[in-house]
Amino acid sequence: MTWTPDKPIVSLRNVRKSFGDFEVLKGISFDVMKGEVICIIGPSGSGKSTLIRCINALNDIQEGSITLEGQEVHDPKLDKLALRRKVGMVFQQYNLFPHKTALQNVMMAPVLVLRQDKAEVEKRARSLMAKVRLSGKEDSYPGELSGGQQQRVAIARSLAMNPDVMLFDEVTAALDPETVKEVLVTIKALAEEGMTCILVTHEMGFAREVADHIYFTDRGVVVEHGPPAEFFANPKDPRTREFLDQVL
Amino acid sequence: MQSVEDFFLWLYEAHGINLTIFSDSWDRARFLAGILTTIELSVVCIVLSVVIGIVGVWLQGTRARAPRMAVAAYIAFFRGTPPLVQMYFFYFAVDRALSSLLGVSGGLVSNFGWAVISLSFFAGAFNVEIFRAGMSSVPGATIEAAEALAYTRFQIYRHVTLPLALRASLPALNSNLVNLVKTTTVAYAIAVPETLYVANQIWSDEYNVVEMMNVVWVTYLILVGILVWMMHAWEKNMRIPGYGAAR
Repeated sequence: MTWTPDKPIVSLRNVRKSFGDFEVLKGISFDVMKGEVICIIGPSGSGKSTLIRCINALNDIQEGSITLEGQEVHDPKLDKLALRRKVGMVFQQYNLFPHKTALQNVMMAPVLVLRQDKAEVEKRARSLMAKVRLSGKEDSYPGELSGGQQQRVAIARSLAMNPDVMLFDEVTAALDPETVKEVLVTIKALAEEGMTCILVTHEMGFAREVADHIYFTDRGVVVEHGPPAEFFANPKDPRTREFLDQVL
Repeated sequence: MQSVEDFFLWLYEAHGINLTIFSDSWDRARFLAGILTTIELSVVCIVLSVVIGIVGVWLQGTRARAPRMAVAAYIAFFRGTPPLVQMYFFYFAVDRALSSLLGVSGGLVSNFGWAVISLSFFAGAFNVEIFRAGMSSVPGATIEAAEALAYTRFQIYRHVTLPLALRASLPALNSNLVNLVKTTTVAYAIAVPETLYVANQIWSDEYNVVEMMNVVWVTYLILVGILVWMMHAWEKNMRIPGYGAAR
């Protein structure tokens, strides 16, 4: 089955995932079209992070199906590395390589994994650093940067691989309120350029602004979903209303 | 040089301090050769034991059971038995067994060679454990970030885990390598002409045990001092701005 852009780039069907006896995901389904931005919101412990970690096979699943560009992610025969080359991921704790400078962090994967020409990668890495507004910080080590700066390096590091889809796992949750904005601005610019983005977030204002579609998950299921205007103005499920009352 | 020799001859005659390594060119030559042998033995064993440590910890991390079991058995054996016994075992038992197996007469490996092999395996067993502790200090999340960027297991090991683990391991590695330099004296037992061995030859010929004993103390303090200084310089050089204890 070959994938064409009129079909969902990421598609989840009845995904179930357990850690031991504890079932975290109890049958989750959704589709993401190319260029779409979707936000997954919900209370802590509702399985949001687990869900996006299944998309690049950092977590396995017990049941159901996840496809990326038509390919089954959890097919044991699938080349996981080939899959991960197409999916960028940004983490809550940035997870930069502390022994490499910001520029080296951005350059490493294209040079090592994609075996691209070093000089060319460096040129691209410098322009990515400029894109996340960190020109001049190329030679700083992660430990010398603020949380917000580190997170933007992490975004540039993912973008250097030219991914088809970007996953953001609560990327502003560890940041100071003042630095949250600089990261969100970066993500917003990315979304506006047409990058397919799947975000787990607690930033409701941001979700409302950038998302094409919101999914509210609780206790391992999608309780309610819809375009943001509708979702926030007129939540139907009592659990959604309760959650939104608490966070807004 | 003549004046140095004269001074030490005078020192012996006037005060009874008989430092023949300074007053006698033959003794000086064999003592210097002994120090050089100690340095050679130390350097070769340091390099090999670190390589063994790196390979061992890599094998420990593989999924297959056999290599993990082999590393565990290796560590249990070399950490759990005395280095002198290990050296005798290689020099007397393994050499003979291999020679008769291959039909070689007169021994397969020199005594220096067996000292290198047994000391490297001895210190290597500790290095595997030291590097393992260093590896476990690398946050899982950092490794996960490399996984998400499609690094292979080897690329993660080579470019992420190892450089970070090595930094965390340096203080413990430092201690083990100091121990290794001191343990090279065990090679005395299979007649490798290292520092202690030649010192013994000199004091047997010259009856200057007290003087040579002091020379041996000072020699090892200097050798170990140089190693510690180099290791600290390396540690400082590997320090990352804004990372870890260097803050």
